[in-house]
Amino acid sequence: MYNPLAIVGRFFLAFLATIGRLSMFTGKSLSAVVTPPFYWRLCLQQMMTIGYYSLPVVGLTALFTGAVLALQIYLGSARFGAESAVPNIVVVGLTRELGPVLAGLMLGGRVGAAIAAELGTMKVTEQLDALITLQTNPFRYLVVPRLVAATVTTPILVLIADIIGVMGGYLVGIHRLNFNSAVYLKNSYDFLEAMDVTSGLVKAAVFGFLIALMGCYHGFNSKGGAQGVGRATTDAVVSSLILILISNYFVTEAFFSQ
Amino acid sequence: MNDTPRLELSDVHKSFGPKVVLNGLNLSLAKGESVVVIGGSGTGKSVLLKCILGLLQPERGSIRIDGEETVGLRGAARERVLTKFGMLFQSAALFDSLTIWENVAFGLIEGAGMEREKARAIAIDKLAKVGLDEDMAESDPSALSGGMRKRVGLARAIATEPDIIFFDEPTTGLDPIMGDVINKLITECVRDLGATTLTITHDMSSARTIADRVAMLYGGQIIWAGGVDEIDQCDNPFVDQFIHGREEGPFALDVT
Repeated sequence: MYNPLAIVGRFFLAFLATIGRLSMFTGKSLSAVVTPPFYWRLCLQQMMTIGYYSLPVVGLTALFTGAVLALQIYLGSARFGAESAVPNIVVVGLTRELGPVLAGLMLGGRVGAAIAAELGTMKVTEQLDALITLQTNPFRYLVVPRLVAATVTTPILVLIADIIGVMGGYLVGIHRLNFNSAVYLKNSYDFLEAMDVTSGLVKAAVFGFLIALMGCYHGFNSKGGAQGVGRATTDAVVSSLILILISNYFVTEAFFSQ
Repeated sequence: MNDTPRLELSDVHKSFGPKVVLNGLNLSLAKGESVVVIGGSGTGKSVLLKCILGLLQPERGSIRIDGEETVGLRGAARERVLTKFGMLFQSAALFDSLTIWENVAFGLIEGAGMEREKARAIAIDKLAKVGLDEDMAESDPSALSGGMRKRVGLARAIATEPDIIFFDEPTTGLDPIMGDVINKLITECVRDLGATTLTITHDMSSARTIADRVAMLYGGQIIWAGGVDEIDQCDNPFVDQFIHGREEGPFALDVT
């Protein structure tokens, strides 16, 4: 006979254990970030992998999101004669929300999965053990370069995505919606505040950190061969996407609660 | 004369949940000695090595290296102890993201902080010792066969010229000829270095070639230990069944 309370209790205890393990992993990772030796070459390699190679997917996402946003806002605002607000809403919507969140979600799929799969394979093929026997701390050698690279490059990617997204809206605005080019750009520039961009970049840094952390955590804890690596990869993507959406709310609250 | 054992395990216990793997294990290795631990699959041979290296923490017992207690060591203290070790992993555990010479030189560059050029020269020398050409140095590990991966793993294990070398199933997955090649390479490399070695295997041919002394692990304990020349005259029924590979005997193998 199943006891529903026992099932809930077991689930809750397992959840608490996961939170504990994740907290310890985060603590170890952050401690390794500030403890030498630092692997600068690996950091640069990861910046290329995470940042540069993600540019096409993030750029395309931003371009079409900006274009669709301009169309939708135009259609919606036309109902009460506010079509001129299109450039203003596109630029604020992209820099504050859609740029960082969509870039984060794309990176969560691309980068989070890649990190978890690579580290998970290293775990199940004893490469992590081999690192330790060769007097190399896996947190410093594997986790820190990925955490630093993702935290640094995601804001840069988002800044580029913001620009591409605004250009997407601009192209639709002048070619499809018949806005004046100079007016569209002037309205976008005048309406934009530094805080709009800053809050988006801070969000991007938080998202980058979470994506790399989830990839590393699930990769390090994978077990059981190919199936385990597959499970770790799925868990890394799902958990990073959920954490991005949750943290997005709290960072927004922190910036714009007044 | 200093007769402190190079490696000494006393009353080591390790469990995973309800499953007891090491149950009061005792083992001692003298300096320069080559000991082979034999035992069936799942008897805890790999766990034994991982406990010594600090990859797993035993619940109870003592593991002394050159007289120094190492159970519970962490951080820099653990890394200092690990400088005495080299290890050949069962799957070789080569780093896919590095070239072959970078794999061999990894402990020299990252562990000992040696310059890359100097480390590369040593790596090429060690690769030559295991019969691999310099031409292969820049290749990717994924291009290697199983036997070659083991050779590169062996070159990496001896690159830092450690005092103690572990071999985890060195011939598993290899054909008998390549297995014999690896056994001979292990014997030669160890003799050149004068290192103490601990090998775990269930390959009796490998054990006979490598070992000065053989120890049998069963039920989480060493149930028999003796010279390699004594093993055929041994009256321990477990050892007798294992070395002859008989189905009938005291081992409770569940094959149903």
